[in-house]
Amino acid sequence: MIRSITRQKPEEEIDRLLDGLGRVFIIGCGTCTTLTKTGGEPEVRAMKERLSGQGRLVTGDMVLPVACDNLTGEALNEYGQQIDQADALLIMTCAFGVQTIARQLEKMVVPALDTLFIGKENGIGRFDEICTQCGTCILGETGGICPVTSCHKGLVNGPCGGTNNGKCEIDPEKDCAWTLIYNRLKDLGRLDSMRTYQKPRNHQGEPSPGKFILSA
Amino acid sequence: MISSFKKALESGKFVVTSEVAPPKGTNLEKMPHHIELLKDKVDAMNVTDHQSSVMRFPSLGGALLVKEMGGEPILQMTCRDRNRLALQADLLFAASRGINNVLCLTGDSVVLGDHKEAKGVFDLDSCQLLAAIRRLEKGKDLGGNDLDGSVSFCAGAIVTPEANPIEPQLIKFEKKIEAGAEFIQTQAVYDLDNFKKFMGYAKQFPVKILAGIILLTSAPMARFMNKNVAGVNVPQELIDEMASAPKGRALDKGIEIAGRMIKRVRDEKMCDGVHIMAIGREELVPDIISAAGLI
Repeated sequence: MIRSITRQKPEEEIDRLLDGLGRVFIIGCGTCTTLTKTGGEPEVRAMKERLSGQGRLVTGDMVLPVACDNLTGEALNEYGQQIDQADALLIMTCAFGVQTIARQLEKMVVPALDTLFIGKENGIGRFDEICTQCGTCILGETGGICPVTSCHKGLVNGPCGGTNNGKCEIDPEKDCAWTLIYNRLKDLGRLDSMRTYQKPRNHQGEPSPGKFILSA
Repeated sequence: MISSFKKALESGKFVVTSEVAPPKGTNLEKMPHHIELLKDKVDAMNVTDHQSSVMRFPSLGGALLVKEMGGEPILQMTCRDRNRLALQADLLFAASRGINNVLCLTGDSVVLGDHKEAKGVFDLDSCQLLAAIRRLEKGKDLGGNDLDGSVSFCAGAIVTPEANPIEPQLIKFEKKIEAGAEFIQTQAVYDLDNFKKFMGYAKQFPVKILAGIILLTSAPMARFMNKNVAGVNVPQELIDEMASAPKGRALDKGIEIAGRMIKRVRDEKMCDGVHIMAIGREELVPDIISAAGLI
């Protein structure tokens, strides 16, 4: 399953964003941020304790089942009074959740997390970014490994000179996507695919912001 | 117009190129000094493009300075900082000022440089930049539009003969040649027996190859490169030789080693020439050329 991967903002940044906002309602999410331990029950509780310790009034807190769902509005209604009393909502969901909540309520929203990428869980506690939804898929030519996402530079014609022992120049913990692609295509007997020149990518496959309307 | 560098490559002579690095700032005192020192001793001078992702005076400005001083510039262009519009525009400007040699590079990640939060562009890659040059020469831009006025370039690229694994690197090397690379300057090579093996493979392609020679300045510098620079492998014997130099004479030893390597590349006709990189010590390049017996 794909997950929205988040990381908590530095405390100083959260404090700056909450400057002058004495009464806060905290919202977590029972799905992705619970899994990544950035906005589940324990994290919401810890945030509540920290903010209370600063002398702020936490008017209430809740963990939505799925913050990005359209039913979020109804779930929030149950906490109407506590939310009304707050100067701001401190939101420990991904940015999909933050925006879903912001659309439902006439309240200042403050994200407590940074949304890093849409990731796939590859083993316990490990999430990898494997697709950036570029709109012009070339997986059919790269053995099912995406260089647009998995290569730091998004190169489509093979590795750069920074590749070192199968790792990336920016981080020895990151695999070089083109080493992986080479090995895969070699196993499949399809290295011809890697030898084929890829023309410059279309970066406007779906011009940002993406929009899709199902035809009737 | 055919560039003098291209003529040198085609003449069959042993070609020597070197590098000049634009300054951090507008103080251009050092660069003309290096250009003056080198312009009659090398066939062309690469002008580096925000080397190691460190923001500097532009390679295009540096190449113009080389040209104005009567030298032969090779404009280094990375794909890191400009999209396809900006790259093509800079190529048009270069051509208009008689800068007709270009080295096409992917470019290091911005994460490694001094503006770590910048956006890495990589709209094109090195193969696509080479192909773009060949397209401009046909009078069309990458959008398929006609150009008013013609351009002509001697275009090149790089290869890392010591890359591990080597196979993906060689596929890219071949794609660069297919995309239009006429010359290749290699990443630094120190193990010349290994380099000969690489050349045994590379000789089948219609491309001129200049072996990369980086001046060793000390034993710790050699160890640092082994640890931190992808695709560079200084053998232990050379590190030991550097370490054996008397105190204060390591640089002389480095010059001797570089000269010796260049001489061997030339004597054994391994490839078409050398590209000397004296990173930060460009004033020593004439000494290296002299140690190689080339002047």
